[in-house]
Amino acid sequence: MKWLRWLLPSVVLLGVLALAWMLFGGRGSRPTPPAASKVAAASLRDPALIAKGEYLATVGDCAGCHTAQGGARYAGGRALATPFGNIPVPNITPDRATGLGDWSFEDFWQALHSGKGRHGELLYPAFSYTSYTKVSHDDALAIFAYLQSLAPVHQPAAAPALAFPYSVRNSLKAWRALYFREGEFKPDPAQSAEWNRGAYLVQGLGHCNECHAARDTLGGTPQDVHLSGGQIPMQNWYAPDLSTGKNGGLEGWSAQDIVDLLKTGQSAKGSAFGPMAAVVSGSTQHMSDADLHAVATYLQSLPPRAPAAQPGTPFDARTLAEQGEKVYAKHCAECHGKRGEGVAGVYPPLDGNSSVTEPSGINATRMVLLGGFAPVTAANQRPYSMPPFAQQLSDGEVAAVVTYIRRAWTNQASVVRAEAVSKYRHTPID
Amino acid sequence: MKTNASLHHAKPFGVAILFAVALCYGAASRAADHPAIPDTLQQRIAACTSCHGVHGEGTPGSGYFPRLAGKPAAYLARQMQDFQNGLRKYAPMEYTVRQLPPAYMREIAEYFAAQQVPYSRSPLPPVSAATLQRGEELIGKGDPARRIPACSSCHGSQLTGVQPSTPGLVGLPYDYLSAQLGSWRTHTRATVAPDCMAEVANRLSESDITAVAAALASRELPADTHPQPAGSVKPPLSCGVLGATGDPS
Repeated sequence: MKWLRWLLPSVVLLGVLALAWMLFGGRGSRPTPPAASKVAAASLRDPALIAKGEYLATVGDCAGCHTAQGGARYAGGRALATPFGNIPVPNITPDRATGLGDWSFEDFWQALHSGKGRHGELLYPAFSYTSYTKVSHDDALAIFAYLQSLAPVHQPAAAPALAFPYSVRNSLKAWRALYFREGEFKPDPAQSAEWNRGAYLVQGLGHCNECHAARDTLGGTPQDVHLSGGQIPMQNWYAPDLSTGKNGGLEGWSAQDIVDLLKTGQSAKGSAFGPMAAVVSGSTQHMSDADLHAVATYLQSLPPRAPAAQPGTPFDARTLAEQGEKVYAKHCAECHGKRGEGVAGVYPPLDGNSSVTEPSGINATRMVLLGGFAPVTAANQRPYSMPPFAQQLSDGEVAAVVTYIRRAWTNQASVVRAEAVSKYRHTPID
Repeated sequence: MKTNASLHHAKPFGVAILFAVALCYGAASRAADHPAIPDTLQQRIAACTSCHGVHGEGTPGSGYFPRLAGKPAAYLARQMQDFQNGLRKYAPMEYTVRQLPPAYMREIAEYFAAQQVPYSRSPLPPVSAATLQRGEELIGKGDPARRIPACSSCHGSQLTGVQPSTPGLVGLPYDYLSAQLGSWRTHTRATVAPDCMAEVANRLSESDITAVAAALASRELPADTHPQPAGSVKPPLSCGVLGATGDPS
């Protein structure tokens, strides 16, 4: 047991070395001035390239984060709330002082592909380079050409407001070692061109996994939980599992159901709401039919999931559901139907709706509290809406009706309690 | 021949009756199962009417779900736009209207502008006669020494508003009026610059806010509560909502 005496000092020494490397290791790099770029400035002004870039920036929903409420598109100016603190969203218009005006394509590629700023500083992964690293060089060039074609907007970004140790950018070295694999998308030759296009869009620019996978305590998504659903930190919505296979969150969804939801905001299986409503309105409704079908083809190939543990039946589950049935009959059945069947094209079904039965119960709870309009899309410009029940129903009544719809008909999900409802009354809406 | 002919006629008639009965039966059984959802704006905007009332009458018991009925359409559309842009801050409204396109907001605004429902009165806080008198003074004359214009100089001689963008003030609850004046001072309610109402609210003292809100809420309604026609007032301040630019002064 002599070696044990050396173990502790060795571990401490290794720890100190690792910490020193994290804090002080690594050197910055110099930006590439546009004049020294390998990409000729004139080539960035090619209208066809700019048009392609505009489409791709829409597919990536860049404006979704890089636009403040009521602000100029792509001019940043808002803060993204994370469990680690607020991260300001930068201005990506070509303003020289506050935007990308002085950036070369090499700088842009380094940010998108490697998650590093112009000076080599590590970027916080609120910017989803964990996904964007799979975007091809050609597509990145088109997006850059489009962004450079925008009217410059002068809007400085605030400094990050993060707690220690996250405020030390080099602490991201450890994070990147755990969660970031740099590299372009590698097509699977065994799959069709359509499948590969879908995989490329979903895994890369679409950055679907950034919401549709659970994040751990360090805010990373482990590699093995691809699109298996998770609660979105800070926003407190549940982004469902996207497998259409057995026990998947979209079990039973046809390719057409997926295309319908992404294009119109509605489908025979359910409607988009919360953050996904904004994604549909701002991004997916503008995707070409070919790309939407490619996404559907890829999602339909996701593997079946292990059966979820059967939710327990607490002693009061029946009482809760009986109370809930009364609330349902009074406030919900008129639109969603006695059997939760909904009305095609108008109100979503609740029976078999993955947003109703998702594991957390957050989505149904918040929908009952907030109500709201179905997504606005070219196909649905005057959507129907649901009343917010926050003012009309008590926490107990909301819990009862949500429990009822989660366990009625063919649904078999866990109960939701009044304490959880009261928590989500206070969740920020943005 | 005659009999034959009538028989000949009777047959399609009978088929038509059967068909009609079948149709009614079908419709009835569907109705019992799931009543048809009317394709009306009123049905579409359940998210609005659950708080503001089917006819925009507001929720009289609560001072915070204001009446929308009869307010000028451009004013109502502007409010939705201000919520979208974060100039007006109230999370449930911001959430509800955040994605609505301008044409749909305009249609919703016109729906509520066209509604005609009786006003209901809300309770007043106990205020002194002197306070009410001060409020009446601000409504009719303003306070020139503090550059506070009379309410009526913009909102119309009967305070029923002016087309197309100036809301009426009569018939609104005390809680709502005082909360709005307060929110202009705390920057939770704003509109396009120059924001003349923000100027006015900041020139009022706190006791003025109580006075003017109480006086407005206790006013009898005029016989005609429609907004005055466009161009019938000459506002003393430059207001962005009325198309002005520059300084409100």
